[in-house]
Amino acid sequence: MSIKERLSGNEAVTNAMRQINPDVVAAFPITPSTEIPQYFASFVNNGKVDTEFITVESEHSAMSACIGSEASGARTMTATSSAGLALMWEMLYIASSMRLPIIMSVVNRALSGPLNIHNDHSDSMGARDSGWIQIYGENNQEAYDNFIQAVRIAEHPDVNLPIMNCYDGFITSHAVENIELIDDDSVKNFVGEYTPKYHLLNKNQPISLGPLDLPQHYFEHKRQQAEALKNAKQVILDVAKKFEEMTGRKYSLFEEYEMEDAELAIVLLNSTAGTAKYVVDELRAEGKKVGLIKIRIFRPFPVEEIAKALSKCTVVAILDKADSLNGAGGPLFTDITSALYGKTHTIKVINYIYGLGGRDVKINDIRFVYDELQKIFDGKKIESIFNYLNVKE
Amino acid sequence: MNYNLKEWSKKPERLTGGHRMCAGCSAPTIVRTVLRALKTEDHAVIGSATGCLEVSTCLYPYTAWRDSFIHTAFECAAATVSGAQAAYEALKRKNKLNQTCDIKFITFGGDGGTYDIGLQSLSGAMERGHDMVYVCYDNGAYMNTGIQRSSATPTFADTTTSPAGTKVGGKQQPKKDLTSIMVSHNLPYVAQTAPLGNFKDISEKAEKAIYTKGACFLNVIAPCPRGWRYETPKLFEIIKLAVETCIWPLYEVENGKYKINYKPKQKLPIEDFIKPQGRFQHMFKNGNEWMIKQFQEHVDKKWNELCKLEDITNP
Repeated sequence: MSIKERLSGNEAVTNAMRQINPDVVAAFPITPSTEIPQYFASFVNNGKVDTEFITVESEHSAMSACIGSEASGARTMTATSSAGLALMWEMLYIASSMRLPIIMSVVNRALSGPLNIHNDHSDSMGARDSGWIQIYGENNQEAYDNFIQAVRIAEHPDVNLPIMNCYDGFITSHAVENIELIDDDSVKNFVGEYTPKYHLLNKNQPISLGPLDLPQHYFEHKRQQAEALKNAKQVILDVAKKFEEMTGRKYSLFEEYEMEDAELAIVLLNSTAGTAKYVVDELRAEGKKVGLIKIRIFRPFPVEEIAKALSKCTVVAILDKADSLNGAGGPLFTDITSALYGKTHTIKVINYIYGLGGRDVKINDIRFVYDELQKIFDGKKIESIFNYLNVKE
Repeated sequence: MNYNLKEWSKKPERLTGGHRMCAGCSAPTIVRTVLRALKTEDHAVIGSATGCLEVSTCLYPYTAWRDSFIHTAFECAAATVSGAQAAYEALKRKNKLNQTCDIKFITFGGDGGTYDIGLQSLSGAMERGHDMVYVCYDNGAYMNTGIQRSSATPTFADTTTSPAGTKVGGKQQPKKDLTSIMVSHNLPYVAQTAPLGNFKDISEKAEKAIYTKGACFLNVIAPCPRGWRYETPKLFEIIKLAVETCIWPLYEVENGKYKINYKPKQKLPIEDFIKPQGRFQHMFKNGNEWMIKQFQEHVDKKWNELCKLEDITNP
């Protein structure tokens, strides 16, 4: 049964946490994810959940405590943003190498410096190769739906990996929108019980975790971890199917919007997709063959699928809300162009870094990009593959 | 508890032999003794900071730990185990654990992982009051990485990052008083101990720490033959001298009340402790007499303070 509500992204996600009633939550406040531990604390102190809530003294300890807890067989969750995620860095790799399905909301915010509390994707993009699954959502509904699916994906025996549920700070986390919630029982049934095969609290089968792993074994362990992340792709699709059966809402590795016959396409992720879809509608009304791809699963990266989805396009712009500062384009751009390599030689691809530190991205900005794609389609020479959108220089 | 070494020695070992700690290192003795304080029927979740103990006892595919063991990183052993303890609370409350035994949570860290890089994580876990014990085996330097100075290194000690040079003679700062910092956390039980004599002091304190509800802290002096440069058979002699010189007083603080467990009738001069150790040899060179004097004054001052704290808290 669905429940119509009006909630912010953070409210929606914390509501999902209440419905799931995890065993342990360990979190530290940082804007704009702070509301999650804040709302959750009120659920704990008002008896809505019987979770053990650890008010750690830092994000490094938040992730360390999550590792200790999940390794003890407890379903464990946390949330963070920006510098908080950066402080967890060391522990992110340890969590994934221990194959612990910790669920973390990453409410995307720019990284210092300079200090900035607004949205871009430099935090989670920096953690893209930490061995976590990364799932991105456009709005409060997707943040909520992705969070619920994340539990089943991460805990699947073929996967056993931690997962980041990423959505845009303030734009999604704080803006109140209509949302369809799932009833509590259905959520509980959907995620089921967490029953790991091995954990620290089993006296009959004690385990040692986190050994020193020398050259004879380390490589094989990393290889197994890579395989688990690959396995996640099919599990993500299977879980999406089950979720659709429950809610009617369809999810995949990415969303294709007006891509059927699109000659010009933009690829991006998170909330800017809402603005971009509006522009696509306008341009379609003008008779232009434009489309949009919104990446949902960034790790594991859907290499084959994305290459296939773009194969019929002529000119594509990849929009990155994080700069890799490598002189060769943003993270989404480099991954997509790698995916295309050897599969097609006809698509022209350009990159725009946009919206850093919360710089507003308006309809005109997106329209500007489609206009540029049109000019290239019409024969204009590409002057620069790497570009910055709406920056003063 | 009626402590009896003979009886206690019969308890099953929870850290097996065959680990790779150095001969003459006190850390495995400390670990085995602390774990012997566990009731035989209880299960333990043991955490360790990165350091000698961890890399020598849990080397894939081997483990020397008979209980469950977890190591994550250098600075977060306390936070890691606090998570495990929280999981235990939650799963017990939700009736998801079908076990009848109690589970105890014990964390080991060297002084690097405790006094320095792990201090924040330790402070957090202790302040939150998790039902766990943190045991620092304090060997007074970063021994695992090759004897670099830590805030637990005693004044003037020669380490690889505070070498006894021609201009600067070893570590310039006094040792951080971590036990006091832990007392300031208002913990139910804090103790400073050493594996000494028949191990009565450390055994009783370990038992008290493990079976006192809440966050408890043990600081244990842990001589390291590589870093301190003593002859390995002299291990227990060195520990005894640390106590007899009052460089490492044995005391405990229970709910704020200090108790000095051993007061030497005749406090020995610090020379007795530093003489057998290579790391202090430069202090005996001509012209460096002031170093010994200064070290002695510091030890005296700290000892007098401790005696006063005992008086004040036991009116």
